[in-house]
This record gives sequence, C-alpha cells and structure tokens, in this order.
Amino acid sequence: MSDTKTKKKRKEKPPIEEPLLAPGHRACSGCGESLGAKLVMDAAGPNTYATCCTGCLEVFSTPYPESAWKMPWIHSLFENSSAVAAGIEAALIAQGRDKDVNIIAMGGDGGTADIGIGCLSGMLERGHNILYVCFDNEAYMNTGVQRSGLTPFDARTSTSPPGKRSWGNKTTKKNLPGIAGAHGIPYVATATVGYPNDLINKVKKALKIQGPKYMQVHVPCPLGWIHPTDQTIEIAKLAVLTGLIPIYEMEYGEVTRVRKIGKNRRPVEDYLKPQGRFRHLFAKGAEAEEELEKIRQIAEDNIKKFGLA
Amino acid sequence: MARPRPAGYVAEPGSSKANKTGSWRTEKPVFLHDTCTDCRICVLVCPDGIIFGADSIYDADFDFCKGCGICAAECPVDDIEMAPEVR
Ligand SMILES: Cc1ncc(C[n+]2csc(CCOP(=O)(O)OP(=O)(O)O)c2C)c(N)n1
Ligand code: SF4
Ligand code: SF4
Ligand SMILES: [Mg+2]
Repeated sequence: MSDTKTKKKRKEKPPIEEPLLAPGHRACSGCGESLGAKLVMDAAGPNTYATCCTGCLEVFSTPYPESAWKMPWIHSLFENSSAVAAGIEAALIAQGRDKDVNIIAMGGDGGTADIGIGCLSGMLERGHNILYVCFDNEAYMNTGVQRSGLTPFDARTSTSPPGKRSWGNKTTKKNLPGIAGAHGIPYVATATVGYPNDLINKVKKALKIQGPKYMQVHVPCPLGWIHPTDQTIEIAKLAVLTGLIPIYEMEYGEVTRVRKIGKNRRPVEDYLKPQGRFRHLFAKGAEAEEELEKIRQIAEDNIKKFGLA
Repeated sequence: MARPRPAGYVAEPGSSKANKTGSWRTEKPVFLHDTCTDCRICVLVCPDGIIFGADSIYDADFDFCKGCGICAAECPVDDIEMAPEVR
C-alpha cells in the first residue's frame, strides 16, 4: 500500500498472521496465561513440538473435540509434560528428525513447582534439548485458586484464606528459577507478560541454545487475583517495578543480566491494592502495617540480591 | 489384526475457531483510527490474537473478541475506547 496519508516513509510492516494459539479457546477474558502462551508460541514458530501439564492452559485450549493449537501439541498428565517432552526428543533423535525443530514443555506454577518438580529436575539433569516454560499465575487456578509453592506471601487463595488468625498465604515464593539454575543448565530466565518484547526475545534466545532451558513467565489471572480484565499488563508491570518479581537471566547457575528498576521503582502498595487477593491488607481497621512491612522487605531483598536499583 | 487406536484424542489444528467467544462480550473496543501511530502494541497484547489490519487501520475480529479491554488500556495514544456492547 502507498503512503499517501503520511508524508514520512514508514518501514513496511509484515501482514498480521493469526497466532499459533488460535482464537476460540476458553481462557477467561483478559487471561495473562493465554497471552503468555500466545507470545511464547509465536516467538518459537510453527516448527515446534509442545507438551502441556494439566491446568488452565490445557483445559481452555483443548475442550473436546477441539484444539486451539496449530502445531503438534500433547497433554498427558498434570506432572509429566517435561518427561513427555524428553520422550519426544528421544523419538525425534531416533528418527533423525531432531534438527531445526523446537521442543517446548509447558506447565502452570502448580504443575511445575509442586507436582511436576521431579520430572522437571530429571529433564534438566539429563541434558535434553528442551525449553521448559512455567506460566506462573501464582496458584492452582483451574481447580479454584488453591495455593501453590509459587503463591506470594499473604495472598488470599481458597486454601489460604485470611481471617482472624491469618493474613493469607504464610510462605514466600519458592525460588524455582534458582533451583533450575542449580542444575548447572545453560539458560534460565524470568519474564512477564508486562514486558512482551523482552519475553519474545528471551524465548528466541533460549531456543538457539543447545541443552535444557528453563523460563518462568509471570502471568496475572484476573479471576484468581481479582482484578479488572483490562489491568493484566499494568499489574504485571507493577509486580516488576515494585521489586516483587525480579526479571533476570542466568547462565550455568550464575545471574548474568537483570532488568533494572532504578528511578521507576514503585511502592509495593501500588501492586497490592488493585488486587482483591490482597484486599484484606487494606481493609478498614486492618492494622496490617506489620504485614506490609514484611512485603516491603521481600521487595528490598530482591532489589539487593539482583542489583535492581 | 486391526491396528491399535491411540488411547487419546487427536483434534484438528486450530479447530477451537468453531467456538465464537465474541458472545461473551459485555463491552467492545472501538478503534478510532485517529491518532494511531502504527505501533501495533494492541496486536501484541490482545490475549486472543484477533486484532488485524495494516497501516494504522486496525480492528478486532468480533467473532472472537472477549471485550477484555487490554488493547484500549495499553494503546499509548488512546486511539481505542471501550463502549458497552449492544445486541
Ligand atoms: C495428579 C493430579 N492431581 C490433581 C489434578 C487436578 N488438577 C487439574 S489442574 C490443577 C491445577 C493446575 O494448577 P497450575 O499448574 O498452577 O495451572 P493453572 O491452572 O493455574 O494454569 C489440578 C490440581 C490432576 N489433574 N491430576
Ligand atoms: S482462571 Fe486465570 S489462568 Fe485460568 S483461564 Fe481464567 S484468567 Fe486464565
Ligand atoms: S478487547 Fe481484549 S479480546 Fe477484544 S480486541 Fe481488545 S484485547 Fe483483544
Ligand atoms: Mg497456576
């Protein structure tokens, strides 16, 4: 098309293609996990085999008899997407078809950090040429928002309800990227749908590296976190800017790059207040100052540990 | 002997498109086509990947748009507005 409207000559942009995760899937309106999966798969391209743990991503993308995926994709059990991916790699090698293809194993935070951690560790230990992507929405969303090892401190879930004797989830997020890195694998990265281009670049970078790779992608869930559907990106950004979700890369267990926050740092309240799962911390007469101070300390520790300032 | 059948189910790629999620919508994005700078951020952030177009003229595929409002919230020049869906 000619540039009659604008005088300045623009670089011609390629036509927009339908994503490899086709529409029609049943993810909630504004679902961060569906956005994350769309970005990951389009970054990887159609020459990709994917496996998926049980969870929202699996359930919303493959309601019988349909599938939203436009590349080979398989679901087996809740915990074993990394083991199934290892089997796919072995089969492709045996058939001499393992060149120029990507293998991506996916799972939610529950499927990855809790029930699937054994299979994941085996996959990382055995050195398979696979990218594992954990979509971290910080609870077991598909079964009704139960807490997981990646649920943040003081969050309300259906199994960590705040009340007279509790402020919500008692534990802090398990350091799963650190655990993955401790396997001495060539690449670990955290990313977020709040910064989609960074996420895309990290997927492309990971897929060029031979061996096991682990990525953890922070994905807001409007249903479980209780926030308006249009705030998914904004809330994901605030998680980073408050220091609560550090964005970094690791090579062979060492942190090699971080996304600095610097002067853009925001108080943790800016992230917590818009989410219903933290509402009890701001309720009238809640006297939650001590709890908020603990959350500020978590952010402070991240900023110090990763040099985010 | 009959070949063993796979124990699972094999679906057609992209067959989810039979399900028109546009019926969920209570609000709809209105693309004003006024201040658009052709940045395509809306295309990037739409979770359902259903914003199409070219040269600063973009629009949602309303067969599928769930009306989440992310495109309108993220448009850096406020060229997308949410309006109530009327059927
Ligand atoms: C062995 C086994 N235990 C429990 C379940 C029930 N189950 C299905 S999905 C799910 C939660 C998944 O949570 P997560 O991995 O965080 O993914 P999300 O739905 O949050 O994306 C559970 C508990 C199951 N399918 N299999
Ligand atoms: S419950 Fe959360 S993760 Fe699951 S589809 Fe809905 S928004 Fe996405
Ligand atoms: S409202 Fe949501 S689903 Fe509809 S076009 Fe915008 S981002 Fe996509
Ligand atoms: Mg989850």
